[in-house]
Amino acid sequence: MSASVSSLSPAILNLIEHLPALQVAIPMLGAAFVAMMRNGLLAWFVSLIISLLMPIIALFLLHETFVNGIVSYALGGWAPPVGIEYRVDVANAFVLVIVSVMAAITLPYARKVVALEIAEENRSWFYSMYLLCLCGLLGIAITGDAFNAFVFLEVSSLSTYAMIAMGRDRRALVAAYQYLIMGTIGATLYVVGVGLLYVMTGTLNFADMAVRLKEIEETRPILAALSFITVGLSLKIALFPLHKWLPNAYAYSPTMATVFLASTATKVAIYLLIRFVYTIYGPSLELVETSAVTVFVILSLAAMFIASFAACFQKNIERMLAFSSVAQIGYITLGISFAVKTGLTGGLVHLVNHAFMKGALFMCTGAMMMRLGNVKLQAVEGIGRTMPITMGLFVAAGLSLIGVPGTVGFVSKWYLALAAFETGQSWLAFAIMASSFIAVVYIGRIVEIAYFREPKGAALLAKDPPPSMILPMIILVVACFYFGIQADLTAKTAELAADAFLSSAQGTWGAVQ
Amino acid sequence: MIFEEFINYYNYFITLFLMSSGLYIVVARGNMVKKLVGLGLFQTSVYLLYLSPGKILGGTPPILAEGYEVYSNPLPHVLILTAIVVGVATLGLGLALVVRIHEAYGTIEEDEIFSKGDDLQEEDNKNSTLPGDAK
Repeated sequence: MSASVSSLSPAILNLIEHLPALQVAIPMLGAAFVAMMRNGLLAWFVSLIISLLMPIIALFLLHETFVNGIVSYALGGWAPPVGIEYRVDVANAFVLVIVSVMAAITLPYARKVVALEIAEENRSWFYSMYLLCLCGLLGIAITGDAFNAFVFLEVSSLSTYAMIAMGRDRRALVAAYQYLIMGTIGATLYVVGVGLLYVMTGTLNFADMAVRLKEIEETRPILAALSFITVGLSLKIALFPLHKWLPNAYAYSPTMATVFLASTATKVAIYLLIRFVYTIYGPSLELVETSAVTVFVILSLAAMFIASFAACFQKNIERMLAFSSVAQIGYITLGISFAVKTGLTGGLVHLVNHAFMKGALFMCTGAMMMRLGNVKLQAVEGIGRTMPITMGLFVAAGLSLIGVPGTVGFVSKWYLALAAFETGQSWLAFAIMASSFIAVVYIGRIVEIAYFREPKGAALLAKDPPPSMILPMIILVVACFYFGIQADLTAKTAELAADAFLSSAQGTWGAVQ
Repeated sequence: MIFEEFINYYNYFITLFLMSSGLYIVVARGNMVKKLVGLGLFQTSVYLLYLSPGKILGGTPPILAEGYEVYSNPLPHVLILTAIVVGVATLGLGLALVVRIHEAYGTIEEDEIFSKGDDLQEEDNKNSTLPGDAK
């Protein structure tokens, strides 16, 4: 990876060589470092520095993949496929950028809410867990080794359980416990699938696995492995009907954890699923013909409608947004199941778009939570008058969630609808439209309550949060509109990532060594 | 014939039996500690899935020396060592959560906790009401 950077000095060149490892190692070491601190503010500052560093590395890697194609890094100098390989193509780098950018935007927001919600002596532990989670998520996205992905999956999950358990009241403990049970079942099913693949192919390296799967026949253990991996990862993705853990986990965890997890955690699991379905199984199985695709379409539709309906009946804004997340995941998996370029692009661009808008919505909700103590519907009556900026941003991000033209939500739905027409399933395009109208209902309900009712109680005294919290919200909402009008940057990158997945499904991923 | 197949693949049958009984305990039991025991069984069965195909009858540990030619695959052992660490961490965290749940609710039976959940929702919110202004 030296072609574009040959003019730099050897020391920097050496550093650049090791960027894929640093992407994961820095937050991991940072987590250990932060865990030893007793000062919450210092812990926040170190986490902030690390979180700001991550997008720089991720963007650099993305640039490298644009210039040189696949970046392969042998961890510890052990050559793949025996050693662990970090293999980055446009698709990985795209996910790395989403996760790290959301981390960098969340951290400035985090200081005030964490200081409010988490006891002084636990703050550095909380940031330590956050950094471990970041490390795990980036690790899943960057690694080219199936078992290494499992380890990172568990690193991110275990730290997530701990973060959720630090929530405001005791229900957070039950939510964390339930997520632990579900998450561990998911991860174990994944590792069963990987075990079967290892027994059949004798390798754990993604690229190598894809090549060897093509050579052996379509045997039952191979298909069993696919189903184990799909179900296991669907638990992590919170694909309907395996989403039961998600609403409680999001609603009761500390605000900062909700913002970060809602915009990153499920996305990374979706990436891993696409990697398995397209890159590893793609060359040997005909995707379109498998009945699994039909199942995915049905489950995605169920998520889009049932979870959206459920969102309309929630009495708590955080739970409403959590159900909406389940619905939005349905759009992403629908995009994947089309198995054509436009559909995959739609799914991938919705990964980043959903991160922007759900991040913004949860941030606004967190600000209301900070002023009101809870975000039940009767608590936020009239809040549009006393917290105008927060509520204004909430509505703007909500418009994007609905998919109003000019917002990012519209861009993703446009691609999905195109894919529906392209594959001759035009009724799916109408289903996408129809489910968007349900979003109008649940967002509209909040707007009505917040603007057309008299504020009372705590809502009378509430005011907009400090600039350190407003600014990240504004950045995300501006991103919602900017990338809605200038869709080139996100949509083009998503298109390239979709290309990378589809070409790897032709068996080229293993070819470039 | 069926018996022969069973003998040939008996390690997988044991794995499957342990796996499904573990998963059954997780689903069927309401006691949170028992659930974790089931989860542990479920995870442990996977170790067998990895380890048993790595063993070759008559094979030695992977030592490079004169006279040792057939050896077992060492990689599954390394992988499962990692998986054991993950399993221990999960169980530890799970038990820690159960201790905290017991402190908070006074019970570790899931249905008792859920029956308390809604009644105390209002009260919980009052208790957790935060000061209006963060400094």
